[in-house]
Amino acid sequence: MSLDSLLDPTGEREAAARPRLARPTSLEGLTVGVLDISKVRGDVFLEKVASLIEDRGINVKRYRKPTVARTAPMAIQQAIVEEVDVVVEGLAD
Amino acid sequence: MQENGLVVVVKRDCPTCVLVAPVIQQLLEQADLTVYSQDDPNFPDGMDGVADDTTLDASYGLDIEIVPTLVRFENGREVERTYGWDRAAWEHLTGRDDLGTDLPAFKPGCGALNQEQDRLAELRIRHGDTPMVSRLVPLGAKEDAIEACFERGWSDGLPVVPPTQERVLAMLEGTTRAADEVLGLMPSNLDTCTVEKVAINAVMAGCKPEYMPVVLAAIEAVLEEDYCLHGTLATTRFVGPVVIVNGPIAQQIGMNGKGNALGQGNRANATIGRAVQLAVRNIGGGKPQGVDRATLGNPGKLTYCFCEDEEGSAWEPLVVDRGLAAGTNAVTVFAGFGLQGVIDDKARSPEELVETFATSLRAVDNVNKFPGPDCILVVCPEHENTLMEGGWDKARLHKELMDRMVVPAESVMRGTHGMAEGVSTKLAGKTVSKLVPTGLLIVRAGGGAGKFSGIIAGWTPGTPESSRPVTKIIKT
Repeated sequence: MSLDSLLDPTGEREAAARPRLARPTSLEGLTVGVLDISKVRGDVFLEKVASLIEDRGINVKRYRKPTVARTAPMAIQQAIVEEVDVVVEGLAD
Repeated sequence: MQENGLVVVVKRDCPTCVLVAPVIQQLLEQADLTVYSQDDPNFPDGMDGVADDTTLDASYGLDIEIVPTLVRFENGREVERTYGWDRAAWEHLTGRDDLGTDLPAFKPGCGALNQEQDRLAELRIRHGDTPMVSRLVPLGAKEDAIEACFERGWSDGLPVVPPTQERVLAMLEGTTRAADEVLGLMPSNLDTCTVEKVAINAVMAGCKPEYMPVVLAAIEAVLEEDYCLHGTLATTRFVGPVVIVNGPIAQQIGMNGKGNALGQGNRANATIGRAVQLAVRNIGGGKPQGVDRATLGNPGKLTYCFCEDEEGSAWEPLVVDRGLAAGTNAVTVFAGFGLQGVIDDKARSPEELVETFATSLRAVDNVNKFPGPDCILVVCPEHENTLMEGGWDKARLHKELMDRMVVPAESVMRGTHGMAEGVSTKLAGKTVSKLVPTGLLIVRAGGGAGKFSGIIAGWTPGTPESSRPVTKIIKT
């Protein structure tokens, strides 16, 4: 049984592949989330990024995962979805 | 495949193939012979050059049904084949007269692996020999197939069976109708509804292939102009398609028309109704918060399907009322919702019971709402017995109920019972009927114990401008 693809049950009006959301052309009027995933010194880097964004008068909300080893807790995921328009996170050391 | 010479297809798990291994060795020594082994490239033992056909691609290409099969090619074309061990046939085919002289003259073969259902489906898909033309939607490497169906908006809110090519191919085996047959244009998008698209949705609903003829008939029925699928979708009222199955097919596919007929627990009932709704949602785009504007909806919009308890009833079945012969396999679709219970433990005569039925019917939607929607009265076995013992058949019940649907307008006029809802004051002095003349269907279903019948109310009075029940013969 191959589960790498499924037959489309619809009238095929929508694209089979779902495109990523388009990146905003400007941060004007948006709220930017800064997600620290608890990578070492990620907080230092991200805090600098956050302050640079705030210097432009753009609203920033800060989030932090408890551990780099696990996916973000549901509450953090939901807060990000509800509260911000774009997210910046640091993935590497 | 082969220009000239012989091809033999064998498997180790076949006593006849094991028996003829020495014969194959004989042929290998003198003839241009290709040996394909379906299950073990080391079989026959000690033989060099056996072609590994554990993928079964060669066997599929040769359309092998039985092993061993011996085929002779000339100039690239098959000219002769024999299967099993039949010394005379093998000698005729090879032009030899000394094959397996110490073996019995005849021994039948075994089934070929490429004919096993799951393997055959896999081979047909790999070789592109399927009738499906729907596009394949790729899943991410770590994407869960059931979750993917939710994500893509294909679900009614419950998990669906992921529509793989294998499952859809198997579903299409449940009908003799061509996959590309067009059943109609599915509202509201008016996209083409093919047998294949229905099969995909039937897979997702959890149907067995043998349900397909019923699902297809139900889809054809809702696509009829009379059913008014677009209107019943776009309405703010409660309705969805209620599917009632008549005829021997109901028992053949294991439907339930007895205890809990309108409830849960029967796969055919549950999945046929769900397949209809998923097809409407996916093919036609009829989704809640989209075209489907229902204020409350009803739980039956997940699935609402049952069969009439024909063998348990003395009455003629619904199909006869719908103009077909008793015993006809047919579906009737009705834009309906919910179930209004009708309880009468005390009636011992038809005259008493009919008053309960009539009063309950007159109360549908609002006691002051005249006319009301078409209705199905589902009569339980104990209530049927009360009627039959009193000498009433179904036609008599229908007539007596319709007579009781007519009331003085003043009794249901605006303001009556303290309600603003009601018939116009302009009708003072006249009578009004709760049901239009075609507005009542009677069906017998339910368990043997309990004086509990029910009313499935519809959308609006069944007029040509509205929705009317549609009956379709099931093509088997």
